[in-house]
Amino acid sequence: MANNATSPADVPERATRDVPIIRVRDLTVGYGGVALLEHVSFDVRRGEILVILGGSGSGKSTLLKHMIGLDEPLAGSVLIDGDDIVTATGDARRAILRRIGVMYQSGALFGSMTLAENVRLPLEEYTDLTSAEIELIARMKLSLVGLALFTGHLPAEVSGGMQKRAAIARAMALDPMILFLDEPSAGLDPITSAELDALIKRLSRNLGATFVVVTHELPSIFAIADRVIMIDRRTKGIIAEGDPRKLRDESPDPWVRQFFNREATPVAA
Amino acid sequence: MATLAISDAADGRRVLALSGRLDANSIRRVWAEGRQAIAAAPERRVVVDAANVDYCDGAGVALLIDLIAQRKAGDVQVANLAPKFEALLQQFDVQEVERDQDPPARRRNGIEEVGVLAAGVASDMRDQIVFVGESAAALGYALLHPSSVRWKDVWRICEQVGANALPIVALISFLLGVILAFQSAIPMRRFGAEIFVADLIGLAMLRELGPLMTAILLAGRSGAAFAAEIGTMTVNQEVDALTTMGLDPVRFLVTPRIIAALLMTPLLTLFADLISLLGGAMTLQSFSIPFVTFVHEVEAIVDYSDFMAGFVKSFVFAILIAGIGCLRGLQTAAGASAVGDATTRAVVSGIVLLVAVDGIFAFLYYLLDI
Repeated sequence: MANNATSPADVPERATRDVPIIRVRDLTVGYGGVALLEHVSFDVRRGEILVILGGSGSGKSTLLKHMIGLDEPLAGSVLIDGDDIVTATGDARRAILRRIGVMYQSGALFGSMTLAENVRLPLEEYTDLTSAEIELIARMKLSLVGLALFTGHLPAEVSGGMQKRAAIARAMALDPMILFLDEPSAGLDPITSAELDALIKRLSRNLGATFVVVTHELPSIFAIADRVIMIDRRTKGIIAEGDPRKLRDESPDPWVRQFFNREATPVAA
Repeated sequence: MATLAISDAADGRRVLALSGRLDANSIRRVWAEGRQAIAAAPERRVVVDAANVDYCDGAGVALLIDLIAQRKAGDVQVANLAPKFEALLQQFDVQEVERDQDPPARRRNGIEEVGVLAAGVASDMRDQIVFVGESAAALGYALLHPSSVRWKDVWRICEQVGANALPIVALISFLLGVILAFQSAIPMRRFGAEIFVADLIGLAMLRELGPLMTAILLAGRSGAAFAAEIGTMTVNQEVDALTTMGLDPVRFLVTPRIIAALLMTPLLTLFADLISLLGGAMTLQSFSIPFVTFVHEVEAIVDYSDFMAGFVKSFVFAILIAGIGCLRGLQTAAGASAVGDATTRAVVSGIVLLVAVDGIFAFLYYLLDI
């Protein structure tokens, strides 16, 4: 199999930094015909870290699942570097999926494989590199996330934070243009969470990849986000978009300010 | 202990004087009495006097709220409740608590239930047909591109399905041979026909029981394991991870399991046939039929086509066991009980399909005179 991966270093000429790498247009998502989000439209700029946030049950992870083509939307399109993942099938769909890497909330590492074997898997499936070459790349990716000493460990033998880092290494195996991270800090202690934030920031800076992160952890949002979009289940759409600090201090929507300032909704005494 | 004293005031109001502890262990009697007292005076306003209440917890507050809610707002009032208990009571809005804000969904009637069931069966059948198509395509691809198969996984699964199943297959097959021989030999002896028990065991085990019992054992053992393993992967989003890597879960997860089952089930069937014959031969020794006689009798009555009739079935059974196990695993929903449900469905539908397909084989063999 020929290796025709599209990496951040191999950006098509038409794709300058000003052209959005993801365009979500009029996306309506939901299950069983019931819409959770309606007519959502936004862009993700090349090389930025965009955080999708919202309250619990607002549909953040659902939106992410539709953006990576796991679920079919009720309406709308998701253009990844110009190609619609919603309508693509077969080889066209595989070509789009080659451009993205996904880290799931649970890590979703394959339990019967070591960390290195997890990272090797996409390389074995998509490239014609030799086993030794693939091994070297897998070790490099794991060392990039600080797991050089754990390549032979099974996922169950390392901590939750390490599993998430290994999942990021696997997502980066084919040097995708875009990395989607679903709740990277969930279930981690503050120090591990901060380390993961620093890792994301460092990878973004050094690799030039675009990150789309779903989270509602405020420290993480302020640490990593270049820009946020905030979704809300009451309006079934985006209620705020922009720099998180500006939104915290200047948003005209009191609920948005309340969210960023971590204030509870007042209840009757 | 809570007590309730009922009296009527000079201004016409009914007074319910509560005293003692209002907690879950002590209010049952006064709760019923209080309701009756309010119901017995429908025209009067009611005052619940809590001046002598020593203790009131959540259960006590529930009692007070229920008494207040017996009438329209304002007709029942709670008075003299100690401030610390009053604060507890004030946390609740009587109207809101009394109203069921999340009533259970309307129960479907019989016709709707039948419709939902039929739609579920149709949907399941559609999934099975789609899955059969996807699996066949993946197997065809594996046949044309053997290097695409994850052989490491295949050998690992072969060990689980085949080698690890040998003890249980040996035990069940041996006992089956013993039981079949023993139960048949007793009535046959009355006619002096014990020797024909060898014929019965030879034909029954090789044509029918050997393949079927092995397949049922594997459905319970390996089919369930496939469903649980893939189901857990589904719940842990590992199947999603494969999908977003652009890897086909059917090719990645199902193909190695079907290949492993195809390799191991016929071998286990052969093993089960031999062990059950051994069990039968040993039993018949106690009926004075020597081992050599047993072997000669089996050789005489069982021919190649009988053996093949059972052996061919084992390949089809292998596909059914692995296919159903994997399908149920991939269909696993979210939640803690989902993997258990998937496993149960894999075993039940696997066994039902095995028996049904075995019946079809019996009919076909009859038509083809095999």
